[in-house]
Amino acid sequence: MTLARLVAAFFFVCCATVARADAVDDALAKFLDNRFASTEQGVSQLAATGAANAPAILDALGDNRLLIDPVDHLIVYQTSGGDLINAKTGEKLAGVDVDSFKKVRVNNALRNAIAAAVGALTLASPDAQKRASAAEAVFKSRDAGALTALDAQLSRESNPQVAEALRQARAAIVVLDPKMSSADRVAAVTTLRVRGDQDAQSLIDEVAAKSDDSAVKTAALNAGAAIKAHLAWLNVLQNLIYGVSAASVLLLAAIGLAITFGVMGVINMAHGEMVMLGAYTTFVVQSALPPSFLQWSLAVALPLAFLVSAIVGVAIERLVIRCLYGRPLETLLATWGVSLILQQAVRSLFGANNRQVVAPNFMSGSYDWAGLQITTGRLWIVALAILVFAALQLALRATSFGLRMRAVTQNRRMAAAMGISTGRIDMLAFALGSGVAGVAGVALSQIDNVSPNLGQGYIIDSFMVVVLGGVGNLWGTLLGATVLGVANKLLEPVIGAVLGKILLLVFIILFIQKRPRGLFALKGRAVEA
Amino acid sequence: MKTPLLRLDRLGVAFLVITIGAAALGPILALVVPRESAFAMPPYVVALLGKYMCYAILALALDLVWGYCGILSLGHGAFFALGGYAMGMYLMRQIGARGVYANPILPDFMVFLNWKELPVAWWGFHSFAYASLMVMLVPGVLAFAFGWFAFRSRVTGVYLSIITQALTYALKLAFFRNDFGFGGNNGLTDFKDVLGFNVQSDATRAALFSLTALTLALSYIIGRAIVVSKYGKAVIAIRDAESRVRFIGYRVENYKLFVFVVSAVMAGVAGALYVPQVGIINPSEFDPANSIEAVIWVAVGGRGTLVGAALGAVAVNFAKTYFTGAFPEYWLYALGGLFVLVTLFLPKGLVGLLNLRRRAAEPTPPSTASLAQQEEGAR
Repeated sequence: MTLARLVAAFFFVCCATVARADAVDDALAKFLDNRFASTEQGVSQLAATGAANAPAILDALGDNRLLIDPVDHLIVYQTSGGDLINAKTGEKLAGVDVDSFKKVRVNNALRNAIAAAVGALTLASPDAQKRASAAEAVFKSRDAGALTALDAQLSRESNPQVAEALRQARAAIVVLDPKMSSADRVAAVTTLRVRGDQDAQSLIDEVAAKSDDSAVKTAALNAGAAIKAHLAWLNVLQNLIYGVSAASVLLLAAIGLAITFGVMGVINMAHGEMVMLGAYTTFVVQSALPPSFLQWSLAVALPLAFLVSAIVGVAIERLVIRCLYGRPLETLLATWGVSLILQQAVRSLFGANNRQVVAPNFMSGSYDWAGLQITTGRLWIVALAILVFAALQLALRATSFGLRMRAVTQNRRMAAAMGISTGRIDMLAFALGSGVAGVAGVALSQIDNVSPNLGQGYIIDSFMVVVLGGVGNLWGTLLGATVLGVANKLLEPVIGAVLGKILLLVFIILFIQKRPRGLFALKGRAVEA
Repeated sequence: MKTPLLRLDRLGVAFLVITIGAAALGPILALVVPRESAFAMPPYVVALLGKYMCYAILALALDLVWGYCGILSLGHGAFFALGGYAMGMYLMRQIGARGVYANPILPDFMVFLNWKELPVAWWGFHSFAYASLMVMLVPGVLAFAFGWFAFRSRVTGVYLSIITQALTYALKLAFFRNDFGFGGNNGLTDFKDVLGFNVQSDATRAALFSLTALTLALSYIIGRAIVVSKYGKAVIAIRDAESRVRFIGYRVENYKLFVFVVSAVMAGVAGALYVPQVGIINPSEFDPANSIEAVIWVAVGGRGTLVGAALGAVAVNFAKTYFTGAFPEYWLYALGGLFVLVTLFLPKGLVGLLNLRRRAAEPTPPSTASLAQQEEGAR
């Protein structure tokens, strides 16, 4: 200590600055040694002072931006802008050469100490957000040194959420400390149990394994079991959320197929390519619009993708499918040929590599809601799927076109006899189905690689949805997509993604035997096709 | 009325002459004729033609179910690949201690995965006879089980096509898994010898070539025998008007099942001949796209003609070899265009084109097929 004071005194003299010979200087002086042990002492002393500029200095130290001049005993830190600030006075230094300084060395042990120290310091920050994250940092580090800072802050904390975070951080320290009283530790276990996440569980498991105190041990074992059950539930819920998200993607990809298959009884193998065209439309829109409009690019891309895919769809219907009426298997082959041509065309135009489609700000990021992770982009896709589904239902139920389309689906010849132009309905239905696929492409461009093979990845899954749901009405498609999406995600953690998929395929093959026309089959004469 | 067993037309005779002739001439051209001669067949041509003929057998098998029974299977590649895997497993066991890890029992990939024992599925594959049995049995049993369920439940049309596609897709995913026990992603390769002969040697390749040509001829004879028999008449009737045949009192599902199983076994044999000639079998053979491509061979050659299917397989694959070498980026355009144009403008394929010229003079009565088609068109 005396040596430190001596060094500090020397430091003041050399610097010849007006400074208080206080604890901050004491702590700063430790850094001049540039030995790990002294630096660590400096860190804890500096943190203990609670000085206003201490976080900045510690941050700089952690990032290797704290510089010392061993000759002049000057300590400075470099801001991210490159300015040099005198650590003691907070003044900006001008005209000093950075190269004349040496960096204060840090190792990983030190970095941990710094993180803990910064955590303790920010506990007192006026910003509630910062206080909460600092409490979280202490919870993770379980640095016993922060206990006093925690208690101090806890006594004056007004924000209930931050107070809870502080209590949890305190509990994390207390619960592992054998010197604490049994009652305190049991109370800490209870606090952790309320928190109830993965971190709390591992901490409590540790307590249950290490503790010799029987009361603490029982409490920990009970709490561990409770958290485990809670987490298992959360896990199922989380997988359900993933399942709903997967289902929305399946629904978007398959619903257009269900329309064309329902009305015309033909399988459009190029349906996946309609999705792909929608995704590429998004890419083209984003490249064509100035960057300032990026936030709105999807709003432009959605109708445009609908239009592009619908026009290509009509072209396919007019040029190929129309000529193959009453020959569904040949139609399947011809549209497969079309899909190969479209894939290769896109590959020739845009290259075989993945294209980058940017997500607008409102679609990036994720929510953490009661321990469940919800990705914003996925949430929008679910919303879009619901919107598309509702719009299609409305179109089919409430418009004259929808009425005609349903009539053709149920009995083509009778519809024709009633004066409905079935050829026109076919064309419009195909345009609608393809256009919806284009809309699906816009959504998929946000979560998948935009490549010429994009459609291929979804076509088999879309078939499965249609086959499972049947073509009687769109609710079948919704149900098919939900069942497949959710079952897939629930099976995934249990038996793995690939095996889960195989199991679902086998299930569908068996299901078809029982219900050869899907869940919602058409009834009446139309069945015998 | 007495009819010869096959009632061969001129095309059929020509086909048998060509295939059996190729079986006899191939080894002579490849081995005896000196390399400098213009008639000599270089080894790569032997391998290429052998491969084409395996595809031709697959196409013939597919034509039997699609062309004559109206079942559009988009999963025939699965039967082909299963036959191939059965043969590949025999060839793997023949490597013995010559593998990288020199394990006399376990193939290299199992040693690599740190397996200690041979899985049950691999037992017996050291024997050629057992492997040959499995080449036919595995695709046959799978086709039987699949068809038994599907035909009994009257799954027809595009629904059937889609679930055959699901079948091959599921198998592809399964075979990609390492712990499924068939080499995972890499499949089976690095074969050394078959029945004691080096698979790489020119003589073995020539022998395989002959064998493939003979199998092709045999497949044609079997297929032809089925379709010209009384049984075959019922099968064709099912293609044209399934409900009507059922109402007359035939057990439609049994007819379909028989043809489907025969076809699957044929495809399995084709796969088994394919593997030693190309030297590898991996899960990509199960790809649904492969199965659909096989359908277009049949369509190009002419469905419901058997000869046409074989012809189409060779023609399309020759074009593929040429295009992917000369203009790789245009192959998919050509293939896609082929799908569209053939279904639109050439419903009877190349063979239909040949027959058209021959029959231009004599008027033909409308077949049941065209009648049924009119009916469907009206619907």
